[in-house]
Amino acid sequence: MHKEEQTITEVTVENLVSEVSKMYDEGYRLIQIGCGKYDDIFEINYSFDKDYRFVNLRLKITEGVVVPSITGVYLCAFIYENEIHDLFGVSIKDIAIDFKGNLIKTSIKNPFNTPTVTKVKAARPAKTENAAAAGAKADGKTETKPEAKADAGSKKEEA
Amino acid sequence: MAGRIVVPFGPQHPVLPEPIHLDLVLEDERVVEAIPSIGYVHRGLEKLVEKRDFKDFVYIAERICGICSFTHSVGYCKAIESIMDLQVPERAQYLRTIWSEYSRLHSHLLWLGLYADAMGFENLFMNAWKIRESILDAMEETTGGRVIQGVCKVGGVRRDISDAKLKEMTSKLDSIGGEIEDLCHVFFDDASVKHRSVGVGMLSKEDAHKLGAVGPVAKGSGIALDLRQTGYSAYGSLDFKPIVETGCDCYARCIVRAKELAQSVDLIKQAAANIPAGDIEVKVKGNPDGEYFSRVEQPRGECIHYVKANGSKNILRERVRTPSSANIPPLVKMLEGCQMADVPVIVLSIDPCIGCAER
Amino acid sequence: MGLFSMTKTVLKSLFKKPATIRYPAEPAKRFEGTRGQMEIDIDKCIFCGLCAKHCPADAITVNRNERTWSINRLWCICCNSCAENCNKGGIYQTNVYHPPIVAGETDVDVYKGKPVEEKPAAEETAA
Repeated sequence: MHKEEQTITEVTVENLVSEVSKMYDEGYRLIQIGCGKYDDIFEINYSFDKDYRFVNLRLKITEGVVVPSITGVYLCAFIYENEIHDLFGVSIKDIAIDFKGNLIKTSIKNPFNTPTVTKVKAARPAKTENAAAAGAKADGKTETKPEAKADAGSKKEEA
Repeated sequence: MAGRIVVPFGPQHPVLPEPIHLDLVLEDERVVEAIPSIGYVHRGLEKLVEKRDFKDFVYIAERICGICSFTHSVGYCKAIESIMDLQVPERAQYLRTIWSEYSRLHSHLLWLGLYADAMGFENLFMNAWKIRESILDAMEETTGGRVIQGVCKVGGVRRDISDAKLKEMTSKLDSIGGEIEDLCHVFFDDASVKHRSVGVGMLSKEDAHKLGAVGPVAKGSGIALDLRQTGYSAYGSLDFKPIVETGCDCYARCIVRAKELAQSVDLIKQAAANIPAGDIEVKVKGNPDGEYFSRVEQPRGECIHYVKANGSKNILRERVRTPSSANIPPLVKMLEGCQMADVPVIVLSIDPCIGCAER
Repeated sequence: MGLFSMTKTVLKSLFKKPATIRYPAEPAKRFEGTRGQMEIDIDKCIFCGLCAKHCPADAITVNRNERTWSINRLWCICCNSCAENCNKGGIYQTNVYHPPIVAGETDVDVYKGKPVEEKPAAEETAA
């Protein structure tokens, strides 16, 4: 079975840009930047590829830490950095093309930066209950809304 | 010199199949700068992974895109299988290859049709879609769905194709191959196609590399980047070379896709001839624990499925980087300095799929 | 040469029969494996709710007390997940599409199981 070798190197906020420039000088191509939130730690993955060799740099930060932008090295990173900013609320400074939170238009700010909902129940198809669900949504606090959104708006959160 | 004006383009536009908005800064008829803006169709599918059983998420992964649907499910399953070290049976790998190539055929035919439509060549558009219909029929016959196949599962595939059926499919592909050849000749030779696309939307090899272009955009700019070369599914045992054009313009990207049609037909025939007998799935025991970046080649280019799991039945994080989001920065580069009338053709030449780019 | 590259195709299309069919005068294409709609053999159902739990679209609702199995036809994506997860093999897929649902009609199909003889209490709630 085919399984790629994937190296993951940890970087810090201080040496991120210099490490990324090193990859650039070696001729690597930026594949993606992806973020994930596990407990209180944001994990940002910078993935590179050269001749189908996969290398990943990983940056771990806590809430409130400002990450330097790598758009000075790889311009194409602007789309990923804006996306991370919009979905997770991680602040990234000096993005070459900064959309200032307007790249992904979500009705709730930073929808992915919310605690996970463990149980979700579908809104009953019956019309009366739908109306009730809509009413509950309008009354609900803003914290509960992102989950409903993440579920394509068709489900109601069960507290 | 005239002053600069800004023309909003999209998200609703007759030639755009997808909601992307561009602010075009114009100087007379020339585009000086283009500022893209997406985000109209964000569905939050990645968040949904936290509430679904990892086996059930295949259905959702498949629905990220309506065209590359099958390759999305392959990418997701490959990530889970790599984490769990599952040995997927050879026959399942070959079947995945066959269906992946069928979906490439249908995606490229769809794109060639749309491209002809953007140029105003309606006849060619209908012709491409007529051929696509027979591909979709083959898909429906073998998988049950026309564009959402739903046959890929963690550990294998759901449906098998009998050997008799495979023979029938290959013989049908012979006649479809002839039709595809006729269609491609129009794209290769026709004056009106060349007139609209040669020298339009230039993207040099250096820019394509720097801006992270993938798929036909990279191949059209002379970069031989084809993730199938890494040999996932059954691609390792099939004989093919990535198609590369050096024109760097819309025409080159069009030619790459047209040539990939013939390549896909050839790959399906090879796979059908070499497919081994055996099981089509393995039993999945336990839950995934670990992380993996799975990379597959979709019709639009390289797609990444990153899965991180902690041993429970719900995955912690699934991140999908679709080819379209990687191709937006090159698009901005291509639009600089082009004519206003060429914008639709250039936007279409990256085969934008914004629904997938936002998930 | 470039100008005439379409000629062959045009001539072929002129003399061939049309690629389209005259639906609905002619029936639509349908294959043996086409994903039409989900059906249930309600007598086999034990109302365990596994199908509802594994439904990616949340289209299925199982009510154990009232012994009903209902499916929202507009939400169902015909993925066959319920059939695969059914222990009793009571759910299956047919290649017949559900007729169109017009405004005012209900989109939920409710199937009612036979009341259990041993438990009179269940019968009361069902009635």
